[in-house]
Amino acid sequence: MATASHLLTPEEAQAEAPLESVVVRFAGDSGDGMQLTGGQFTLSTALAGNDLATFPDFPAEIRAPQGTTFGVSAFQINFGSSAIETAGDEPDVLIAMNPAALKTNVGALKPGGLIIVDEGEFGARNLAKAGYESNPLEDDSLAKWQVIRLNISQLTLDAVKPFGLGNKEALRCKNMWTLGLALWMFDRNRAPIEKWLKDKFAKVPALAEANIAALNAGHAYGETAEIGGQLHQHHIDAAPAEPGLYRTVTGAEAVSIGLVAGAQLAGLPMFFGGYPITPASAILHHLSRLKEYGVTTFQAEDEIAAIASAIGASFAGSLGVTSSSGPGIALKTEAIGLAIMAELPLVIVNSQRGGPSTGLPTKTEQSDLYQAVYGRNADAPMPVIAARSPADAFDCAIEACRIAVQYMTPVMLLTDGYIANAAEPWKVPDMASYAPFPAVFHSEPPAEGEEVRPYARDEKLSRVWIRPGTPGLMHRIGGIEKNQVTGHIDYSPENHQAMTDLRAMKVLGVADSVPEQDVTLGEPGGKLAVVGWGSTFGPIHQAVRRARRRGLDVSHIHVRHIWPLPRRLGELLKSYERIIVPEMNRGQFKTVLRDQFLVDARPVNKVSGHPFKIAEIEAAIEDALK
Amino acid sequence: MNDVSTLTAKDFATDQEVRWCPGCGDYAVLKAVQRVMPEIGARPEKTVFVSGIGCSSRFPYYMNTYGFHTIHGRAPAVATGVKLANPELDVWIITGDGDALSIGGNHTMHILRRNLDCQILLFNNEIYGLTKGQYSPTSRVGTRSPSTPYGSVDRPASPCAFALGSGARFVARGIDVSKQLAEVLKAARAHRGAAFVEIFQNCIVYNDDVFAPFTAREFAAEKQLWLQAGQPMLFAGGTKGLTLDREALALAVVDVVDGDWEAAGVIVHNPANRSVAHMLVEMPFGAFPMALGVIYDDPRPTFEAAVLEQNREASAGKAADLQALVARGQSWEVTKEPRPV
Repeated sequence: MATASHLLTPEEAQAEAPLESVVVRFAGDSGDGMQLTGGQFTLSTALAGNDLATFPDFPAEIRAPQGTTFGVSAFQINFGSSAIETAGDEPDVLIAMNPAALKTNVGALKPGGLIIVDEGEFGARNLAKAGYESNPLEDDSLAKWQVIRLNISQLTLDAVKPFGLGNKEALRCKNMWTLGLALWMFDRNRAPIEKWLKDKFAKVPALAEANIAALNAGHAYGETAEIGGQLHQHHIDAAPAEPGLYRTVTGAEAVSIGLVAGAQLAGLPMFFGGYPITPASAILHHLSRLKEYGVTTFQAEDEIAAIASAIGASFAGSLGVTSSSGPGIALKTEAIGLAIMAELPLVIVNSQRGGPSTGLPTKTEQSDLYQAVYGRNADAPMPVIAARSPADAFDCAIEACRIAVQYMTPVMLLTDGYIANAAEPWKVPDMASYAPFPAVFHSEPPAEGEEVRPYARDEKLSRVWIRPGTPGLMHRIGGIEKNQVTGHIDYSPENHQAMTDLRAMKVLGVADSVPEQDVTLGEPGGKLAVVGWGSTFGPIHQAVRRARRRGLDVSHIHVRHIWPLPRRLGELLKSYERIIVPEMNRGQFKTVLRDQFLVDARPVNKVSGHPFKIAEIEAAIEDALK
Repeated sequence: MNDVSTLTAKDFATDQEVRWCPGCGDYAVLKAVQRVMPEIGARPEKTVFVSGIGCSSRFPYYMNTYGFHTIHGRAPAVATGVKLANPELDVWIITGDGDALSIGGNHTMHILRRNLDCQILLFNNEIYGLTKGQYSPTSRVGTRSPSTPYGSVDRPASPCAFALGSGARFVARGIDVSKQLAEVLKAARAHRGAAFVEIFQNCIVYNDDVFAPFTAREFAAEKQLWLQAGQPMLFAGGTKGLTLDREALALAVVDVVDGDWEAAGVIVHNPANRSVAHMLVEMPFGAFPMALGVIYDDPRPTFEAAVLEQNREASAGKAADLQALVARGQSWEVTKEPRPV
């Protein structure tokens, strides 16, 4: 089996696990098209059958000043012939399109790793903008890596010359030249990318042709160039996978189609109220193209109107959905309270980002857990679930719809900037295998002399859903406390106590419909449990796997239902001597676990805007076992 | 179930005890709305009242229709979701000066701009009643209130001017106790699109008689100009009218002698004239009467119809095949059995 072993450093060559994966990072100016390059490379990787995970990392500025370090946009992909669950700790290969990209990314590169730079961009001006005092290509500052200097700018200009583009337009094809080279390096098929370029530039065939020429030139360069034996072609086998149909999916796509599936399984039209915000907007974009699935999308005037319209739609008998990120969720909070009080189904997707306030709009964080579980005035219980990966977001979106409809409650689905933007291969699910959960509308008018009872409840404590338009069942709901029997306004002390308890019990009862907590990897009981939620799944899972391979007594427990917590979780946690909880925040889930189970859960925290590295969690495991 | 033709005002009333202060103008508006409902052929189950927060926003509880008492300022947004989810529903928004123009100003602007088919009844009493009497965005300069003991210093908003500025295609005014209110409500319902109605409503507790300079019996004739489409703009028993001062490009009051309004140059009300509507709602009260009735009425396509049409067009010929959706994009087939890791 071919591997990427030629990229190994001597230390890694001695490591026990064979390296069957490669981490490549493309980095350039935000105008260089690195995200597109990464996206297309991802597609070709998926089509080659490798398992993969990606990490797009881009600045908040749309076009930061050219050549500056804060304008650098990067795309990292980890792919291999075995299970890949993170975007990789350290890149093996860095492709840097200018000095700023080199400067901001080289530190992450593995010792002995390969750097490919566009030396055409290493002029005095760009070096100065990146803050280099001397040219790193000409001093020994890059000595611990292998450096390949190519004048990609010039090579691209030569390749696209026949198409008569202006200098600026011609240079825009640089990313395709680079992609061509990367495709050659990993033995990839160019055809799907050529097709994509033809579709993308269907209206300007000359641009399509120029880009294809650049792509081919980059590929041909790899084939023919002889550069000191540094540049090799290597092939990574397809990863083992269950037979079936696969595609790549980002978290934002998975959430969107999961919501569509959830609405269909509930037999409801979907109403989506949204307001643009990074990194949640992609969900609004996806859904607005799916009208044939009974989806109405509404770009509201603000975050509040986005959720308020969704609540109105739920009142009228649709499945109301809204989506945002932390600051927008903060604005929606009062309306979430209304949905809790009115007991209407609603799904709220929170694609978490770094905060507080505007914070780090394009960076990932898990710091809205308190906001999701606790962040409302009064006793306002609401189910919360968290997706652990882009593909998992599909099932989580369906689960959020199920809980919302079966329990007449708003539900918050937590993803994060990493999950929203990252892609991974996904085995296309068989939709027939999903059990429907059809919504039931109450339509029986009360007997003569009886009142309509909008707050009548079933055994799950879920109230009836009456669609306006239904004859004989006119009723009024709202944010004011209602009598638990008649649904009329009732401020009496005993009624408020009863209604507050009912709302809490109803939400806690959701746990009855959720599988018991299992051990994701390892044994029930033992020395150490690593408890995670959300997108820390990948690094925790890999770190625990590696630690167990080394004989350490450690297990991984990953929690999807954050509120209410699944049954058996407390019992499980108490069966370990120690518990650590890695999270991309200051220890929020840790607090919930301590509060709910009185266990000594210890925090492992990271809030750098980047996901955990496997090595960081391995170190925490070792620390905890000392 | 009752046949529509046999419904009466009573069928639109709930058994809930109405909890406004005795003498509140809201009672008169509630009665007018309940009376109008059967006359316009409304069906209780097809009618939804959506309100925000404030005294007037308790309104839905007293209407035997579907109702949603939401949160402060957000009724237009909730109503937008209701109407988009089910365009067959007849949606009425009940709001006040604080609800619609202060905390909810943004939503009021956008529902009017989008032209959602609904009726918006803004109960303007120039005060925050439910929170016990603070001045509101429509209170006049100098209003003394618990929060402005030395008098308010900020200039008030004009609800109808705000509505026109936001792109409203129907703007009308009424008075809580006025007989003509019913006609204004009927016209609002007949208009397809967002119909904005400002109702001068007396708060007997915190702002009593604030509108008396034109609502009091003794001033009514002199100070109320009830607009009628196709009719000259006359008031004071036909002895005065509005004319256009062509030099100043402004409205002016003229005396009408012996009923010859044409000779006096009194203009005829054309509700589709947007420029005149702007002038009518901006007339400084005192020198001018208060313009009442349907000030502007010029329908345009509605928001929900456009959304529906686009949904229909974009869906035409496409199947809602969930399996196809999840398999979309470039995919690949894995055929081999998994090899052991």
